[in-house]
Amino acid sequence: MDQLIYATEVLLNGLMTGVMYALVALGFVLIFKASGVFNYAQGVLALFAALTLVGIQQGQIPFAHMINAMFGTHLETFGWTVPSLVAILLTAMVMVVLAFLIEKLVLQHLVGQEPIILFMATIGLAYFLEGLGDVMWGADIKTLDVGLPQGISETIEGVTADWFGYGFFIDRLDLWATAIAAALVAALVAFAQYTKQGRAMRAVADDHQAALSVGISLRFIWVMVWSIAGFVALVAGIMWGTKSGVQFSLSLIALKALPVLMLGGFTSIPGAIVGGLIIGVGEKLFEFLIGPMIGGATENWFAYVLALIFLVFRPQGLFGERIIERV
Amino acid sequence: MLDDANSEKLLEVNNIEVIYNHVILVLKGVSLSVPKGGITALLGGNGAGKTTTLKAISNLLASERGEVTKGSIIYRGERVAGQNPAALVKRGVIQVMEGRHCFEHLTVEENLLTGAYTRSDGAAAVKRDLEMVYDYFPRLRERRKSQAGYTSGGEQQMVAMGRALMSRPETILLDEPSMGLAPQLVEQIFQIVKAVNEGEGVTFLLAEQNTNVALRYAHYGYILENGRVVMDGPAAQLRENPDVKEFYLGMSDEGRKSFRDVRSYRRRKRWLA
Repeated sequence: MDQLIYATEVLLNGLMTGVMYALVALGFVLIFKASGVFNYAQGVLALFAALTLVGIQQGQIPFAHMINAMFGTHLETFGWTVPSLVAILLTAMVMVVLAFLIEKLVLQHLVGQEPIILFMATIGLAYFLEGLGDVMWGADIKTLDVGLPQGISETIEGVTADWFGYGFFIDRLDLWATAIAAALVAALVAFAQYTKQGRAMRAVADDHQAALSVGISLRFIWVMVWSIAGFVALVAGIMWGTKSGVQFSLSLIALKALPVLMLGGFTSIPGAIVGGLIIGVGEKLFEFLIGPMIGGATENWFAYVLALIFLVFRPQGLFGERIIERV
Repeated sequence: MLDDANSEKLLEVNNIEVIYNHVILVLKGVSLSVPKGGITALLGGNGAGKTTTLKAISNLLASERGEVTKGSIIYRGERVAGQNPAALVKRGVIQVMEGRHCFEHLTVEENLLTGAYTRSDGAAAVKRDLEMVYDYFPRLRERRKSQAGYTSGGEQQMVAMGRALMSRPETILLDEPSMGLAPQLVEQIFQIVKAVNEGEGVTFLLAEQNTNVALRYAHYGYILENGRVVMDGPAAQLRENPDVKEFYLGMSDEGRKSFRDVRSYRRRKRWLA
């Protein structure tokens, strides 16, 4: 009985970790769907968003280190702080500008090229953004606090203690992250399915040439999609940044998104969510149940092995678009 | 619909040259003019330059690294070469590409709605035109909820044409509508082209390899070979021209030719060069 209750707690925590994975995976799916580009820079986009958010919030002067080094000044901050909500809005705007620049400077020149070339371009972009983030806001580890509640939820602990005689430990941040991610996903799905621009986005994903022929501007759709992906990266950056600080390793969460994508399918928004949940729950439960028998530390590899199995038996993922082939 | 006496020139292509990738010369000076309200056919074999001509007009060339390097394209008296496709769709020129190019994962109805992307005259007008398209293509009404990728070739051709109609075009550039379709369906598609031409007053410029069908429905025809216009004339005249009969309709004075005599075509084809 005890074992079951522990397992339930692990399961709940797994679900919430899964939501965080899903948030990152979502950014990949959006860009992949609309332009067929596997955006290697998605993780760095989250890092860049989080860095920018902290920078704006604390009134840091962009490029302060560089300016100081060049001119011998001692600039650091503007001396003001910006309220969280305003800072988030400003950061979202920065991400839109970034999307515009990426389209203008990179994608526009690669229209009609092989996917692998676009992929290489995003690798370059990832390194560039990482460096830019460093130079703009400094390389030190920052703490991010936008006022999201943190710490163990006493309510849940109390309620479960009454029911099971054992209080569940659940982080309030995880609860909020879950709620926000769910809302974001619902909004994205509604956007893609029921709006004119969403339909255009899916049309572009299916056939660039045909989309052009009916008068859809690829450039506009790409800027739009990269902006949305930037916004999703911002949300992911806020969640992960609040949880574990804003630092370089934030960009590595993108690696965790890969097995999620393989599971859920590269082209499905619901797939990213379900994939994230399965990986989150799977790795926590596996660690809890099987881990002790084989020496633990299974969380490091579980997701990738699961993805490998999926690649063998269902390469398009759980929800990936079926490859329509007419004979 | 076509009134010969005062047929106003809607679209004029003057001596255009198209180069792909900066090196491959595809069109070597093509000129043609499309009268308002008519069906004009571009005929010719594979690689003659039909598709390239249409893409030069709709400017879908740009995304394939092609460009118009000489000559001019004039629509309603204004130069339009080099404008982006969206601007042309807004002006009323839309292309239906060869090979259908439906949005496979969108439903039939969603496909049609993407055709109205550039319009800004409100949902009610779009809804009305959706009904109009369903009246021309009753088959699409039955299949409105199916994914376009799972519909048949003929249905996909209808989706592509219906999608173009949804932009309320003045001119449709129709590329190879008969491709891969059964003869009966080809006939049906061309009947719809005729109906749209007469009912909505839409001007058609269509590229077609099926010379026989195209010349029966078109008012005027141009024959392209090797990136040049080698012959043009009213469809009825072209149909009776002995050379067209022999090379494109597979007929000669003695009737249908045997395949054994094909070799002599090579030598006798000089007239076109």
